[in-house]
Amino acid sequence: MSDLRELYQQVILDHNRNPRNFHELPAATRKVEGYNPLCGDHYTIYLDLDGETIRDVAFVGSGCAISKASASVMSSMVKGKSRDEADALFERFHRLVTGDSSLSADELGKLAAFSGVSEFPARVKCASLAWHTLHTALAGAENVVSTE
Amino acid sequence: MTTALIQKDHQAADLDVARIREDFPILGRQIHGKPLVYLDNAATTQKPNAVIDRITRYYTHENSNVHRGVHHLSEVATAAYEGARGTVKRFINAGSEKEIVFVRGTTEGINLVASSFGRTNVKAGDEILISAIEHHSNIVPWQMLCQERGATLRIIPVNDAGELLMDQVRAMLNERTRLLAVGHASNALGTINPIREIIELAHANGTTVLIDGAQGVPHLEVDVQDLDCDFYAFSSHKVYGPTGIGVLYGKEALLEAMPPYQGGGDMILSVSFDKTTYNALPYKFEAGTPDIAGVVGLAAALDYVSALGLPSIAAHEHDLLLYATEQLEEIDGLRIIGTARHKASVISFVLEGVHPHDIGTILDQEGIAVRTGHHCAQPVMMRFNVPATGRASFGLYNTRDEVDALVRGLERVIEVFR
Repeated sequence: MSDLRELYQQVILDHNRNPRNFHELPAATRKVEGYNPLCGDHYTIYLDLDGETIRDVAFVGSGCAISKASASVMSSMVKGKSRDEADALFERFHRLVTGDSSLSADELGKLAAFSGVSEFPARVKCASLAWHTLHTALAGAENVVSTE
Repeated sequence: MTTALIQKDHQAADLDVARIREDFPILGRQIHGKPLVYLDNAATTQKPNAVIDRITRYYTHENSNVHRGVHHLSEVATAAYEGARGTVKRFINAGSEKEIVFVRGTTEGINLVASSFGRTNVKAGDEILISAIEHHSNIVPWQMLCQERGATLRIIPVNDAGELLMDQVRAMLNERTRLLAVGHASNALGTINPIREIIELAHANGTTVLIDGAQGVPHLEVDVQDLDCDFYAFSSHKVYGPTGIGVLYGKEALLEAMPPYQGGGDMILSVSFDKTTYNALPYKFEAGTPDIAGVVGLAAALDYVSALGLPSIAAHEHDLLLYATEQLEEIDGLRIIGTARHKASVISFVLEGVHPHDIGTILDQEGIAVRTGHHCAQPVMMRFNVPATGRASFGLYNTRDEVDALVRGLERVIEVFR
């Protein structure tokens, strides 16, 4: 049960219930779909880029609590950040969910809510979907991202 | 109806499940410190010692290639392999062993028919009829065939309970319908289709019928002659046998007229660079060294099931289905998807506010194995407007106690999420 509470932390349950930036973004300059065919998690991420800065970000779609909370936390963290900062967060997130425990609380910030995910290998893809989709959107590709 | 139920209850009592569970070594395992509650039987079933030991005995004492050597072991292996064909023939009451083709599984069986029968018989403008609740393996091979031949794939709709609309079957069958392919039972919803009636309607229209029996054979007595189906495919691993092996039954006259599916050894009588003469049935469709150990393991599984008796198994599973349905319906916010009058022991469900994937993870922590996702039946999910479901599917070794464990597990899920 402790593992389970570690996975379903209050932050995750909260973001799942009340996802932030959960809407379409008509002003978006980029829009990329992310899809996990194994469990059917499916999100569209909207980015409004102003040069190097993420002026706004939003998402719509459906999926499990882990994937939805991850998309929600991500959107709240990268809004107003530069591309490089967003990419650095993505890299930290990736390290966290693949079991790297060397990251400090400062480095992680809100990402710390996902520290339990690495104990659940089947759920790493759920947690990573939104981040991979963001990464693709920032790279400028307009396609469907799959974490399969 | 009442009489039938009483009779079934009586038969359910015939199955000594506590003793049967001892035949399945994996059921003694602990998962995350809890006893395994295996409720993913529609995905694959666990294997009894009779099957595991038979495969070990084959590799320990009998291993050799079949249909080739004159040496002793080759004769032993060939006898075991062909003996297994006889077991399968009797199990589904085929007319002849020539009608039993060993394939990798239901999927390969369907692909064989799509490729061999389909390419010969389906032409531009023809139609193939399937249902809205098919597994991907009974959709995609037909899509590929239709695309290649310029034919049209038509879909028999279902009602909100997940039952095929029979008046639509009648209406959709026409002079262009070359083939009708439906599942015996739905893996996603549990619906048992009225295949006898469907076969009759199709045959009256001159349409050939394939039954995807992956979810049929483990739960229902199958008599292919009595059903009069043209093709019937099933997988060993869903009926307590090993993975990687399955059966395609086809009527002899149909198989005889069909070209080979794959070329290679065993499927030929003679080969020269000018001309190859194909082997007789069923070998024409069994190119290459087959999965001999898989085939003898499958026969051991069918013998095991036959010894318990499918009517007793079906009655026990039906009892579990009724009990589980009753118990799950008590859970606040739980909705069962698939409420057909005739169901195999499969329950698909959604829980308000909780994604099935999260349900699966939490149940797993309790040692309970269920399937979550689209069950390789995405069109079914779309039809019922859910992204995915949780699915508990029961086999001959499951118990009411395990249903209770599932209910407690789901209460735990609700606790985490509320």
